[in-house]
Parts: sequence; C-alpha cells; structure tokens
Amino acid sequence: MEPRSVGIVTAQVARFEEPFVFRSGRSIPSFELVYETYGRLNAQRSNAVLVCHALNASHHVAGVYADDTAALGWWDNMVGPGKPLDTDRFFVIGVNNLGGCFGSTGPKHPNPATGRPYGADFPVVTVEDWVNAQARLADHLGIARFAAVMGGSLGAMQAMQWAIAYPQRVAHALVIASTPRLSAQNIAFNEVARQAIITDPDFHGGHFYAHGVVPARGLRVARMIGHITYLSDDVMAEKFGRDLRDGLKYGYGTEFQIESYLRYQGEKFSEYFDANTYLLITKALDYFDPAAACGGDLAAALRPAAQVRFLVVSFTTDWRFSPARSREIVDALTANRAEVSYAEIDAPHGHDEFLLEDPRYHALARAYYDAIAETCRP
Amino acid sequence: MTVRAMRSPRPDFTIIAGMVRPGARVLDLGCGDGALMRFLAGARGVKGYGIEIDDANVLAALINGVNVLQGNLERGLASFADASFDTVLLSQTLQAMRNIEALMREMVRVGREAVVSFPNFRYEPHFRQLEAGRMPVSRSLPFQWHNTPNVHLCTLMDFEDLCAQLRIEIVERVALADGRPVALDPNVNSELAIYRVRAGG
Repeated sequence: MEPRSVGIVTAQVARFEEPFVFRSGRSIPSFELVYETYGRLNAQRSNAVLVCHALNASHHVAGVYADDTAALGWWDNMVGPGKPLDTDRFFVIGVNNLGGCFGSTGPKHPNPATGRPYGADFPVVTVEDWVNAQARLADHLGIARFAAVMGGSLGAMQAMQWAIAYPQRVAHALVIASTPRLSAQNIAFNEVARQAIITDPDFHGGHFYAHGVVPARGLRVARMIGHITYLSDDVMAEKFGRDLRDGLKYGYGTEFQIESYLRYQGEKFSEYFDANTYLLITKALDYFDPAAACGGDLAAALRPAAQVRFLVVSFTTDWRFSPARSREIVDALTANRAEVSYAEIDAPHGHDEFLLEDPRYHALARAYYDAIAETCRP
Repeated sequence: MTVRAMRSPRPDFTIIAGMVRPGARVLDLGCGDGALMRFLAGARGVKGYGIEIDDANVLAALINGVNVLQGNLERGLASFADASFDTVLLSQTLQAMRNIEALMREMVRVGREAVVSFPNFRYEPHFRQLEAGRMPVSRSLPFQWHNTPNVHLCTLMDFEDLCAQLRIEIVERVALADGRPVALDPNVNSELAIYRVRAGG
C-alpha cells in the first residue's frame, strides 16, 4: 500500500426511521445510508468535508478494505494524508447515495409494501433528493456546517445543490467538470443507455431479481456508451488508434483494440452495478436543472448560493461537460458577486480527467484546501 | 499574462490604490499572481476578481487569496454586465494585448471607471537606446526584441489620442519615473503612466 493512504477503512451504516419524501412526491418509510469517514472531526466540528460521488462510484472514496486490499477508493489520489484533500486536517465523508447499489437503500432492498425488492418501483431520485438525504446524514454525524462539499461531474451537481438548498450549512463548494444542466446530447446518450437496459429481456420490467438474472447485456452496452463520453477523441486515438488485436477477421468478433477495451469495461461494470440504480442515476442527471425553477435564469437560481465560496474547475477536452458549461456556472456566480475562482485545465483526457492526478488540477485543489484549513483551525 | 509576474516590487501599486475607493468592487484584468488584488484588498478593502490566462499565475493568485477566473481577455468581458464593477484595472498589460480598442471599450462599459497603467515607450532612456541603434531594454521594458510579449507599446500622447478617439474621458493621470511622480514633460520623462478613465459623454 502506498504510504500516503488512509489505509484500511470500514463502511458504516446510518439508519433513518423518519420517512423520506422524494421530489416526485413519493416517499419511503425509512432508509439507510452507507458511508465512510477518513480523518478526525475536530472539537469545533468545523473541518468536515463531504465528497459526493458521480455515476458509478460509491461511499468508498479512499483507502482499501481489510478483506479486499485491491479495492482502492475511487478518489484515493485526491483524499488521504498529505493529499490535496488532506485527511490529517479534514474529516472527510463519502456516502453512497439513496437509490444506490452499494448498500444504501435502493432498488435491491425490500419494498416494505410488498416484501419483495423495490426493483423499478423504487422512487425516481433527483440530485435534490440526494442532497436532502445527505443533510440527514450530516445531522446524524452532528455536522451543522461543512467546511466544503466537493464533487466531480454528477458529484459536483450535488455540491452546487448543497450551496443552493443549504447555503448556511456549507462554507465552500468545489465544482469539478460539471454543468448546470444536461444538454439534449447528454440526455440522448443517457436515453440510449437506458434503452439498452430496459430492452434487455433479462430486465423483466426492473424485477429481474426474482428471476435470478441480471440484464448484463443492457448494462454492458450502457457502460460502453457512457465510457465513450468520458474520453476525448484525442486520448482514444492515442491509446487505441485503429490498432487491431490480431489482424482483420472479416467478422463481428473483437477486432479493434477500442472494441476490446469497451467490451472489457462493459463486462466489468455489468458484474457489479445494479441496472435499476443505473436507470435512476441517469434520470437524476437528466432532471438536474436548478435554473428551471427560475425561468431558466441560472443567476437567480444561484442567488442563495452566493454566500458560499466556490472553486470551479473544467478540462479543455471534456466534451461531455465542456468548459463553456462551467463558465455558465461561474458567470451566474459572479453576477451574484459570489466569491469564486475558476480554472480551465488544458488536459488531454476528457471528462475522466477529474479522476486523474493532473498536477495543475491537484495543485489548485491543494491550494484551495490549504486556505480552507486556515479558516477551520481552532 | 506572464508580463506581470516578472515585475516586483511594483511602484504603481500605491498610485493605483489611491485611484480606487475603499471597499470598491474591482476587476483586475491580467491579474498575474494576484499581487495587486491582494495589495488592494489589504490597503483599500476591495472585493472582486482577477482574470488571468496563465496556469502558474492562476495557481499563484489562488494561493494569494485572490478570486481568480481563468480566461482570455482577448475574448472580451461579455459575461460581465454594464457598470458591474466600480473599477476595472489593467496594470501593465495593455501593451501585451492584441485588440486594444475593443478591450478599452469593454473596460469602461463593465467598470464605472478604469485604471490603466503602461510603460512609456518615449521615456528618454528608451529613446537614447534607440538612438544608439538598439531596441530599448529597461526596468519597465525588461524583454529583448525577440522574446517580448509586448506588441502594442505606446507613449502618453498616443494613449491620450486613443482615449479621445474612443470618447473615453481621462479623469486623472499620474506619471512616474523611479517610482516618483513626474511633473515636467511626462511624455518624455516618465517611464510608467497610470490613468484613471471612464466612458465619455
């Protein structure tokens, strides 16, 4: 294990007996959230940072498990002792969102009304719902105000939503590789992924658990589609080009290296990810649009968030959520005279860059957290 | 702009501070490492943003505690509303800009006032170097002809002509040499000029 790791971590469960009402109007009588924490909460309870996950990640942000030392947290290069989000100074929380498939209450869990798994009957979740559930977890942990809420992509939407819905409960929001709303093209990709899952005969209307199968073919295709949007054209060309595995075979097997790569990614994903959760999360992405409640005026939507300080970061080759989308967020914040810094990192890897250890990006995150650490000193 | 970070200490900081009202909302174009914004925040309690294109400077400005927005000034200031700042600053960056007319118009649109500083090309020691046959190199023009980022050098008279042409009103002018104000023939005797301007009628 590398020396700058949080080391062996253990997931915990918080149970909430009060009903949770979703934005859709539906509700569940109780729920559980699975989470992990790293570092120590200080006596003033002022050094807590919430890290929100994107599409396929979980509460397992950093470190490894005692029984699975290969299972490295998804943002381990960002979170740990001496890392940009330094667990020697901050108390960091990762949480699996409501509707997830890594332990928090979701489609795999029994529906109290039927005794069978919710399946496709689990209420459709929104970013607002997730943040409201995370606020319950913050209450549970005795955290009145986060030093920061941070996320990339869909995770950054949650950071934005925290600043909008609970501005008094978050000092800083770090919004990485995100967008104030999905474009028609973004929604289109999500819809292809959903159709791949829904039309898989093994999906059984979302109740495949009872049939002892999973819609693995649908999940594979969904993941392949998603993965294409995470990478830049350049990096795909550089990594795979038109390379062949073993010459042309004049058939439909795996010929090009890119096909092999995508199939491998799809296969791996279909082995651990829940199809209903994938559907829910893509809908949460599609629905997120804080400006919609203000007639499309993002500045008006972010007015309550203006008391929160922001760091917004985008990556030049990210065509999924391009720098122009991040600049919309920045413009809406400056229109409200909010404290905001913005960096546009010229980096080759597309949307995925936010998970990589780009030195300029990590130096900015480190500098930003250094400044936050000064403010939450006792 | 990297032109900015290379110069310090900066004699124009205190002059610029005197041209900015306490507590003003300020936009610093080409803020470099954020030293000026940091100075003004301390000296005048200003708030606002710096705009900077260079990665290393963006990081330095962030470390300096400045709200820095990475962007290219040549793309304009379209995202900022009219009169959304008390003062827009352009400190020793004018001479490195391509489209000066458009930028000057934008500055007095977005700011109620603008403060512009630039090195004076007609400064007598520069002139003497030209007479001796070589491009001037000095404290205010620290580059060689082949590596300078400066593409639009001018004199005080040139700048005042452009302001007149763009109907930009000059409210105040301070000309400096060796960090001290120059009263006598500033077009010849000053190495650095600082103007406070606003949109004219």
